[in-house]
Formats: sequence, structure tokens, C-alpha cells
Amino acid sequence: MTAISDLIIGIIILMGALLTVVTMIGLIRLPDTYTRSHAASKSATLGVLLILVGCLLFFWIKNGSINGQLLLGIVFVFITSPVAGHLLGRAAYYSGSPLWKGTVRDDLKEKQKKRSMSE
Amino acid sequence: MSFQLLLNVVIAVTWMFLRGIWTGPSFLIGFFWGAVMLFVFRRFFPQRFYLEKVFAVIKLLLIFLVELFKANIAVIQDVLRPKLNIKPAIFAMPTKLEKDWEITTLSLLITLTPGTVVIDVSDDNSTLYIHAMNVDDIDEVIKDIQHSFEKAIMEVSR
Repeated sequence: MTAISDLIIGIIILMGALLTVVTMIGLIRLPDTYTRSHAASKSATLGVLLILVGCLLFFWIKNGSINGQLLLGIVFVFITSPVAGHLLGRAAYYSGSPLWKGTVRDDLKEKQKKRSMSE
Repeated sequence: MSFQLLLNVVIAVTWMFLRGIWTGPSFLIGFFWGAVMLFVFRRFFPQRFYLEKVFAVIKLLLIFLVELFKANIAVIQDVLRPKLNIKPAIFAMPTKLEKDWEITTLSLLITLTPGTVVIDVSDDNSTLYIHAMNVDDIDEVIKDIQHSFEKAIMEVSR
């Protein structure tokens, strides 16, 4: 284990942790459900990914073996978290969660109206 | 695509039979010559040469990664700015893609791009409803998405 690889792995894991902190700040600061889901679905994904990649590299260099579970974990997080963001946003919209007052435009309103008329 | 891949594997196994060597490297050599043969005979297949498609998928994956990083930088800038300066909007984007998996991939890509999350897909799969965090020019956002992602996905499915 050389000093350079130590440094690189340290930076990767620190960046992941910092991104997760930024996500938390975003969740507190942003005004409505939808903008919060922006912060949650993006920064959290990359934060967790970077931490997992750092762990993968660490055990690769230390033990000389690639951990398959970590690789699979990276792929699963990558695929599932945007879907979760989408589903949360959709559920929030159709259960009537209000948009922030600064919202400029809302094209989905027409469809929502038609849907509630037909019910 | 899968037919050509299967044919390539069959050629590789035939190569192993011919040589009588049953090892991984021997399979790989057979696979390589099989790919060369399929490339030479590509005009007899109704679809394109299948390795082109593999490269298109790899390109899509790279776009995915690059966009993820760009999205995060954009979100960090929006969140950490002292005065909250965002302009959210929900807008409709027409799409030319038809198959379900194409639309799913496009939504995943859009959700991971700077400042956009897909909220809903219309029932006839022709429109995506997108929530954007910071829009100055909606038309420009739509054009960007269509040029980069839709084209890359069409390249795979063509």
C-alpha cells in the first residue's frame, strides 16, 4: 500500500462524505418536495457511489482481491435511486403536494384536471 | 443482435473442437475470429453488425457517468449559494422513442442530468413531464436532452 493510493482513496471517500452532507443541507434548505427530491436523488447517489468505490479500491489494493458484493452494490444503487426519486415525485404530485410559489410553469396541471374529472 | 452473438459463440466452440484445446484463451481466440467472420458476412444479416451496438451501449454508459458528475456540481451550486436563487418549473417534453425500455432509459438519464427529474410519463408514452430546478429557457433544455440522450438511445435500438 503506497502513500499515493492512500491519498487517492482518502480523497474519494472524503468527497463522498462531503456530498452526503451537501444532500442533507439541500434537504433542509430547499422549499418544496420536488426540489428536495432533486438533491436527494442526485447527490446522495453519487455520495454513496464514491464511498463504495473508495472501499472497493481500498480492499483491492490491501488484499489484492476485488469484492464482488461491493461492485454489485454500486450497480444497484446506480440503477435504483433515480427510480425512487421519480416515484416519490409522482406520488407527491398526484396526492396534491403543493408546488413552491416561485414555480414558473406547470404543464402537468391539465392532465391532472382531466384525471380528476373522469374519476 | 442476440442471434449474431449466439452465432459467434457457436463459431468459437467450433474453433475449440477444431483445435482440440479446451481452455479459456482458446475460446477467446475462436470468439475473435468469429467476430471477424461475422464482420465479413455482415451484409447477409438483416440487422447491423452487433459489435457496433455494443459500442453504442458503452457510449451510453459513459454519458450516464459524465452527466451524473455534472448534475452533482449543479446541485451543489444551487444548494450552497447563500441566497436561494432557483426557478422551478414542470414542463412537457415530446419524445420520439416508442419501446418501453427506451423510455425507461431516457427517464433514468433525465433524472440524473443537471436539475431535472421526471415526474410523470403520459399514458400513450409520447410525452414526458419533467420537473426542472432552474429553468431560464425551457426550449433549450428540451433541445439539449433530445440531441444528446435521445440520439444515443436511438443509436442503440436502431
